[in-house]
Parts: sequence; structure tokens; C-alpha cells
Amino acid sequence: MSGERLLTINNLSVTFGGLHALRELDFHVDEGEIVSVIGPNGAGKTTFFNMISGMVTPTSGEIIFENQSLIGLDPNQVTARGIARTFQNVRLFANMTILENVMVAQHCRTKQGLWGALFQTSSFKREEEEIREWGEKVLGFFGTRLVGYRLDQPASVLSYANRRRLEIARAMATKPTILLLDEPVAGMNPKESEELTRLIGELRSEWGFTIVMIEHDMGVVRDVSDRVVVLDHGETIAQGSYEEVSTNPDVIEAYLGRPAEEAS
Amino acid sequence: MTDTTVLAPARGVLDQDWRKIVNYGLLLALAEVFIALANMPVGLDDFILIEPILSLGYVSLLWLPLLLGYSIGTEKVLEGVTSHAKGAREVVAGACVGLIGGGGVSGLVLLLDNFDLRDPLVNWSPQLLALLAFDNGVGYGVGVWLAIGGGLGLLGGSMHLIAPLARRVVSTMVLAVVGVAVLETILSDIAEDLFLEWLADWIYFIRGGVSLHGAATVAVVAGAYAVWGSKAVKGAKASYQALEGVERKQANKVSIAVVVAATILLPLVLGKITNELLANVGLFLLLALGLNIVIGLAGILDLGYVAFFAVGGYTTAILTSPNRGDSWPTWIPQVWWVVALMLVIVLAGLTGLFIGAPVIRMRGDYLAIVTLGFGEIIRLLFLSDWLGGFTGGAQGVTNVPGVQVFGLANVRGTDPRAVFYLVAFFCAIAIYVSWRLEKSRIGRAWMAVREDESVAEAMGINTVNVKLLAFVVGAVLASFSGAIFAAKVGSVFPTSFIILVSIVILIVVIVGGMGNIAGVVAGSVVLIGVLGGPKQPGLLQEFSEFKLLIYGALLVWMMLKRPEGLIPNVRRTRELHQDEFLQDAWLKGQIDEGDETGDGGEVAPA
Repeated sequence: MSGERLLTINNLSVTFGGLHALRELDFHVDEGEIVSVIGPNGAGKTTFFNMISGMVTPTSGEIIFENQSLIGLDPNQVTARGIARTFQNVRLFANMTILENVMVAQHCRTKQGLWGALFQTSSFKREEEEIREWGEKVLGFFGTRLVGYRLDQPASVLSYANRRRLEIARAMATKPTILLLDEPVAGMNPKESEELTRLIGELRSEWGFTIVMIEHDMGVVRDVSDRVVVLDHGETIAQGSYEEVSTNPDVIEAYLGRPAEEAS
Repeated sequence: MTDTTVLAPARGVLDQDWRKIVNYGLLLALAEVFIALANMPVGLDDFILIEPILSLGYVSLLWLPLLLGYSIGTEKVLEGVTSHAKGAREVVAGACVGLIGGGGVSGLVLLLDNFDLRDPLVNWSPQLLALLAFDNGVGYGVGVWLAIGGGLGLLGGSMHLIAPLARRVVSTMVLAVVGVAVLETILSDIAEDLFLEWLADWIYFIRGGVSLHGAATVAVVAGAYAVWGSKAVKGAKASYQALEGVERKQANKVSIAVVVAATILLPLVLGKITNELLANVGLFLLLALGLNIVIGLAGILDLGYVAFFAVGGYTTAILTSPNRGDSWPTWIPQVWWVVALMLVIVLAGLTGLFIGAPVIRMRGDYLAIVTLGFGEIIRLLFLSDWLGGFTGGAQGVTNVPGVQVFGLANVRGTDPRAVFYLVAFFCAIAIYVSWRLEKSRIGRAWMAVREDESVAEAMGINTVNVKLLAFVVGAVLASFSGAIFAAKVGSVFPTSFIILVSIVILIVVIVGGMGNIAGVVAGSVVLIGVLGGPKQPGLLQEFSEFKLLIYGALLVWMMLKRPEGLIPNVRRTRELHQDEFLQDAWLKGQIDEGDETGDGGEVAPA
């Protein structure tokens, strides 16, 4: 089901002082794929995301997205190109309302400035209406939880699971091509993560997003990924289907001899 | 506390928290000595509050024992924690606190009598000794201050014994009498214009201060208000809050219309002095509204905001005055104020970009310090010899003409009413700009940057551009104020643009309520109107010596008790009282406990 090559990463390294967070990493994502990145704590998974989204500049190597390099772009430019992310430790705009959280994420897709706001031009009003509609649409993806009376409540009143959902909705609101999800089901109970696993599938099939996901929950990884990439000490130690990876001796060793199947 | 709260019986008189009492007492003693040595009693002794018994000088020492005597007995009533009924214990505690505080003043009297510390402490004077000893010998003074302290503390503590309604009546009466006495200048001015001179003559004594029968009248009216009036006000407020949708919008429109009408009509009945005050309030309000965009919406702590005020003032002065520096080539014409304003906008915007571009990439404390530096740099540039030929150096630019309004009127300092209207017009523009921008794509981006800059950037917001825009909008609004200031005063000097101006504007925004337009208006009226600006006298001219002291005390008190400001912004209140807010939401059933079912079928609370 995978199409054209979307994102290619060649020979990517990043060093913090003397520490190699990532070492000569090669990675690629095709259109319509769901790729999971797994690995023990400190393997460099979040650094990997930070680098794609422009928050960390790589020491060497290249990141090609839709045939253009992403190296040297600011995070907002990367988002404008079409890569949106969520954060491992949920980072919402806690004092803005739920609707405002998804409205503000459309900043790079809209363009009304001072003039429109001050003179309330018709194009300003139309754009505000569109921003609102799209915002409610992405919130509606999670059922009734984030809409209705919740729209005007601050994000800080949400439960942990709903904060995670709102973060995904906020990333969706930026109209991305690739969604980077950093541990989307962390802290959710089995039922909630089961539902989210199904929704991640829908993100691809119905919304057309390509997804790269960091996840510790092997059940989710198994159910949803087309391909699994295993990182350890900043290096790719294995990649392939879940079955291939889970029987790979290097992977088992990275997880300290613990069979990957039982880790789920 | 509701009536249904069950209270444990009052504790015994000796069952005291002695450590707390000593702490409060020492705090009181320290504060009293500080106030005395800050020259408040002597400096304000000529300000008679109630003829012939009470001057503001004594009041500056008397209010604290009363307040602390009361507050030692207050306790937070918490759900699930036993609270005791109030009784003699609280009265005794108050008296003890007052006694220790009175002891502090007595000690000061003894020290004043025996030592001469006039060198380090300029206010260590015989006048202070005479005042504190009531012109009656040291022993008398010592005894009386112990008695006054203990007595006022006791009085404060016994406020716990009377019913809440009675307490409210008493406090309203006291505040009303003090308020009417302190605001004598403006109130008698207004009364004169409304043909109520007889009322002013009844309340006020000829040579200043409220007369005894006047005080009694005010107290009765205030007491009646506390009993009946405040209920009506509360009822009106509740019914306003109950309004929904269209009706609420209409109510808002009506109240805006009332405010606009008052702004237009009020200056017509006010005298020159009061209009002058209003014009100053307006100038600082305009500055505060601009700073509110920078700091309240975008969260950029700009401590050098006065720079843009200076740019506006100097640009206007140089372009309109015949008396500008000699180094200007002669072909640069003198222009009308309105024409100059166009260039002011451009230059202020450019200055905003120029200062903002290097500064804006910094965050938090670093940004604050760097802006502080730039604020001073701009002033020093205007003062420097290098630019002296253009800006007049320390001599400044004088002979700035007024504002020609299409040949209809010449607005200048001698006509404060006209200045006020001009300022009000620009304030209206600033309010409109703040209001529209807050509810727009730009405003949302500002809020996101304020909340979490790195996430805002990851969500596609070009934070540098967005913050620069806030900086520039703020700069242009400040330059408007500078342009009017130059025309009003008729001259600009580097000393008009000292760092204190930045600080005062910041205090106005913080005390009023950051991020809220109504709050900023309230802050300017209270601080600039009542206390006065950095150099502009306020309503309480007698206080001008202690202005900065009161600013500081007010700021500290606000930070402790009401960090969100007088009229807060909802969001900011939430931010500062996150825990309480979440608890409230939880009690109202609005909190989201997560859904175990995972089907998304949550039920909205009724």
C-alpha cells in the first residue's frame, strides 16, 4: 500500500558534546506508510523526531522531504512543509481553549494579518470561519469528547488521555503530510490504547496521513505498523516487519535479553 | 463562609499561637517605624481629614494596627478542617499585636529623644518627636502610643465578634469618610459644577477636611449603602451574568454606550485641574494599552518601553517646532502635527523593528534586561552631544505648537479639556486595535507564544515575526502618546523619558490586570489619576513625596494577594490560580476524569 518515497534520511548524525545521540542513521518513509520507531530508553528516538521537526540541527547527514532538504529550516518552516508532531510529555497551550488550540495550529496555513483583523474584511471573516470549521472537524475525529461544551474550556481541564488526543488533533490541524506521534498511547489504559490504535489506522485510511510513531507498547506497534525500525545507542540495529524485528537477536539483546513478544 | 458551616466552640483566651502574635507584632512595629521615618506623619500632618480631630499624618500610623489586629484573627475556613468560632481569644490576640506595634512607636519616641541620627536618617527631626509625643513630653507620648496600639489592635480584633453585615457596614463607613476626605479637591470641584455647592459646604470644613457633621452624614449614607445598596448592585451583576447570547450582547452595547457618553460629557462639567488629571491618565492609558499588547498578549517583558514614547515625542517636537536643533538643514519644513504624526508612525515602527530584531530572539529575563538597556540608550542618544545639534541635548526642543484640528481648534496644554478629547480618541483606537487583534489569527499566535514558545514554533508559528509584530504595534501606540505629550507640554527634554516611565507603565499594567483592557483602564485611573505619574501630579498631590513608596507597597501587596490584577483577564487568573481553578471545575463536575468506556460517550454537565 506504500506509494512514493516521501522522506529520506541519509547518514544522519548528531553529537551533543562528545555524546553521539544519533550515529549515521539511514531512514525512509513512503507515502501512506505507518512506521514505528522503537528502542530502549535513551536510544535517541525523541532526538530523531526533534531533528526531523527542526528543533535540533544535525551535525552531518541529510533529510530530504518531497525532494527538498529540510536541513537548516526552522521548526515552523518544517511544519509549513507538511510535517507535524506531538510531544512525549504532552505540551498543550494549557490556558487556551480546546478550540483555540486547534485554531492556532492552522497559523501557517492561513494568512490574514493586521489589516484584515482591524478592518474585519470579508476575507478575514471567511478565513476565521474556515479555521473554525477545520478545527471542529479535527476535534470531531475523537468522537464527542473534545467538541460541544468542551470547545470553549481551557485545555488544562482535560484528562490525561484527552490531552493526548487533543495534541494529536492539534498536529492534524496543521494539515500535514506526515504525522510524527511521540508515544501516542503512553499513560492510556488498555481500552483507550486499543481505540487509539484503531484511530491511528483511520488517520491513514481516511485522512491520508503518513505516520511515523515512537511507541513502547508492543501491542500497538504490532497491530498498526507496516514497518518497524529499532534504534539503540543512536544506531539502527534492525528494521522490517514486526515479526522480523521481534525475532532479530540484536533486538532481543538490546532489550536486555527480554523476548520482544513478552514485552507487549 | 456560609451560615451552614458548623464551627467548633471558641478556643480559650490563653490558647494562643504566640509565635504568630510576636511575628505580626514585630512586623507592625517595623512598618510603623518605617512609615514614621519615611516622613509620612510629618509630611501629611497638614492634610486635615476630619476637622479638628484627625490629620492624614496620624492616619498613616493608625490604620495598620487596626488592620493587623483584625487579620491576626482571620483564618481560612477549609473543607474538612475544624474551624473554631471567634471569641475573646481573637480580641486578645489583636490587642497583643497592637501593643507590640505601639511599643515600636514608643521605642522610636525614646530613641528620638535621646539620640541624634539625623545624618543617616534625614527625617529624624524634632518635628517628628513633637508629633509623636503629641507636643506633650516624651513619657506622655510613650504611654499614649502603647495605649493607641493596644486599643486599635483590640478594636480590630473585636471586629470578629460582630456579624458580617455589621462588619461590612463599619468598614464601608470608615472607607467612605476617608475617601470623601481624601478626594476633597475633585469632589468639591464636581459639586461646584453640578450646582451642589451647598452639599460641599455642608460636608467640608472651610479650610479643608471633612467637618464632624459632614463625616457623620457620609457615614450614614455609606452605612445605608452597605446594608441595601450593595445588595442591589450584586443583584444587577448577577442578572447581567445570567444574560445569554443576544441579550448579553445588547447589555454590553448599552454599557459601552454609557461609558462613551460619560467620556464625552464628563469633561464638560469638570474643572481645569480635573481635566488636566484626566488628560494625564489618558496619556498613560495609551502607553499602558500598547504595553499590554506587548506583555499581556505576546508575553514579551519589555522594560524599555519608554523608548517609543520618546521617539514619538521627539519626532513630533522636531517636525513641528521652530526651535529645533541648529544642525537640521533649512529646507526641512515645519509641519502640522497631523502631518508629523504620519512620520511618527513610520519612525516608531522602524525603531520597533530596529530594537526588536536583535532583542526578540532572547527569552525571559535576558530579553527584559536588554530592553531595559535599549530604553536608556535611546534617552542617552537624545541627550548626547553627538546628536545635540539635532535634538537640543539637555536643552531639549521647546516651542512645540499645539495640534491644529483642521483650523477648528488648537489643542495644547493650556486647554486640558481639548487635550483629553484628543487622547481619548487615540485611546479608543488603541482599545479597538487590542480588542480586534486579540480575537484574530495574530492574537492567537501571540497567546501561543506566551504559553510555550518552542511548541508554538513547532506548530508552524514563525515566532520571530509574530513577536516583532507585537513589538511594532506596541511601539506605534506608545509613539501616539509621545506625539500628544509633546504638543500638550510644548517641549520635550531627555528627562521626560527616564526609565521610571517604563516602570510606572509596567506597574499600571500589572496592578490593573495584565491582558485585560478594562483592567488597564482601572490601573491607569487608580495609579496615574489618584497617585500621579512619574512627574505628573495626581489627585492626591500631598502624596507625591511618597508616590514611589506607595507604588512599591501596592505592587508587593498585589503580587501576594491578587497577582492577576484589579480587573483580571480570565486566562491569566486561570494561569495563576491553576489549582483552585481546577478544584472549582472539579466541584462543578466540569473536570474530565477520562473515560473508561472509550466510546467517547461523555455526558455534559447540566
